[in-house]
Amino acid sequence: MKNTTKFTSALLCCSILLIFVMLLSLRFGADHIATATVWSALTNPHASGLDQQIIRSIRLPRVLGAALIGAALAGSGALMQGVTRNPLADSGLLGINAGAGLMLTLCLAFFPKLTTVQTTWWAVVGAAISACLIFCISTARNVQLNPSTLVLAGIAISTLFTALSEGLALVLQLKQDLAFWCFGGLGAVSWSQLKYLGPALIIGLVLTLLLSSQLNLAYLTDDNAKSLGKSLPLLRGLALGCVIILSGISVALVGTITFVGLMIPHMSRWIVGSDYRRSLPVTLLLGATLTVSADLIARLVNPPHETPFGIIISLIGVPCFIYLARKESTHA
Amino acid sequence: MNLIETQAVSIGYADKTIIDNLSINIPQGQITTLIGPSGSGKSTLIRALAHLLKPTTGVILLDQENIQAIKTKTLAKKMAVLPQTNQTANDLSVEELVSFGRLPYRRPLAGLTTTDHEKIEWALTQASLQALRHRTLSTLSGGQRQRAWIAMAIAQDTETIILDEPTTYLDLTHQLDVMLLVKRLNEQSHRTIIMALHDLNHAARFSDHLIAIKKGQVKAQGSVKDVMTAENLKAIFNINATLVDYQGTPLILTYDHYQEDQQS
Repeated sequence: MKNTTKFTSALLCCSILLIFVMLLSLRFGADHIATATVWSALTNPHASGLDQQIIRSIRLPRVLGAALIGAALAGSGALMQGVTRNPLADSGLLGINAGAGLMLTLCLAFFPKLTTVQTTWWAVVGAAISACLIFCISTARNVQLNPSTLVLAGIAISTLFTALSEGLALVLQLKQDLAFWCFGGLGAVSWSQLKYLGPALIIGLVLTLLLSSQLNLAYLTDDNAKSLGKSLPLLRGLALGCVIILSGISVALVGTITFVGLMIPHMSRWIVGSDYRRSLPVTLLLGATLTVSADLIARLVNPPHETPFGIIISLIGVPCFIYLARKESTHA
Repeated sequence: MNLIETQAVSIGYADKTIIDNLSINIPQGQITTLIGPSGSGKSTLIRALAHLLKPTTGVILLDQENIQAIKTKTLAKKMAVLPQTNQTANDLSVEELVSFGRLPYRRPLAGLTTTDHEKIEWALTQASLQALRHRTLSTLSGGQRQRAWIAMAIAQDTETIILDEPTTYLDLTHQLDVMLLVKRLNEQSHRTIIMALHDLNHAARFSDHLIAIKKGQVKAQGSVKDVMTAENLKAIFNINATLVDYQGTPLILTYDHYQEDQQS
């Protein structure tokens, strides 16, 4: 029973914290906008001053995007760690980052006329292609998916794709254009992107939550699961599908951010325990909270310039991580 | 009556045949133990009996029904299996692990029913784990951890329980705990037990039926008295064993390497 109370309070705290930082994010930014104006922009559809425009068409999609992307990255990290039984796994192992990066480079190099939204779609396609390629290679010799083969195939394909895109960028002098994407940032997230990618992210997040009770099975071996009448290979396939949707879209939108997917799942496990039915919802909320806060700070440090977002995430995340890791070790 | 029968079963990985043309019978309601040297094919046979491995030829019958034709989920209600290495799941609590045993009975996304809770409680009591239910597996001793895994199999509430070397890596006391638990399950709850053991004296003391395997073939099968003979031990393990009779059970007092020239 003690666990349930802990879970409920963790869920409640994280939700309140998330809503709080989202509101702060709407209120503060490069432009100084009064609280009353923010409120009227959100509640009164007829208010159409410049400030209200800024809130509605720039800050709101950015904050919503940050929350969804944070939850997506953290969730796909948790799924990856579960199905590969590897505490250091994240979606990068599926070649998501490298695939999206390569496709982005190709777009910039050969189709410079594409709009940002179109480029983002191609990056999602790139992420999916490389994930499917890695998936096929690791299941080619065996019907069952072997986590260690998956990791090795992932490293091989990622390295190849990264090398290709870096080579192209060097030859065609695209480093400058790609730099934004490499550091990660939410500055470019707009309604035109969120209109289609937002619902896709939400579907991915719901699927992830539905998988959470099954994901506990990944703590067992394939033999254990089979003798309980369950199929681990099937579960792995479903989970990897979710990972492709979630992190493929996130990476295409904001670039490579590793800390969220790697650390947030561990932090939630330390807070509510290793049962995925409890840790996964907390993971999604914490991921969203961290990403929204980091984006807010990135905008506030040196306005109107944006500080690279990945750096802020590490600056907030690492102290939290060290605190929780120490707390955990005194418990054990 | 035989619960499980194998008919001319051959099993192998890739192109290597491990079990060749093997026919055995496993009686219902008894403890059957597979004995044999390392690499003799005990684990392979256990995995095939548990439907974790498909025989290349021959059939395995459970209650006269071909095991390949039974759905995995249906089979999980008839037979619980504990494979040899259980080094995973160390982050889970004892109760979480044991509740996995109820998975074959649960609908997708549904919570635990009253029956599920009763069976979990019963399994924890059988394995004397009530006091440790909230501890994570990583904080338990090897013996306690093994009892937790067995409790998961008990919670599965199946007629048959299959255990692959349940006492390996445990000290004497914990080995005894596990063997007594297995014996209780058989005598009080009438479970059919199939296991592989290395300790021949444990096999003799706790089993009703022994099957001795060497190089993938049956060397002897039958009651403990029939199988545990100096002659058989010589043929199977290449040892010269001194057997004593302790309350009707043959036990090995001591043994030595068997050498051809000893006979001359």
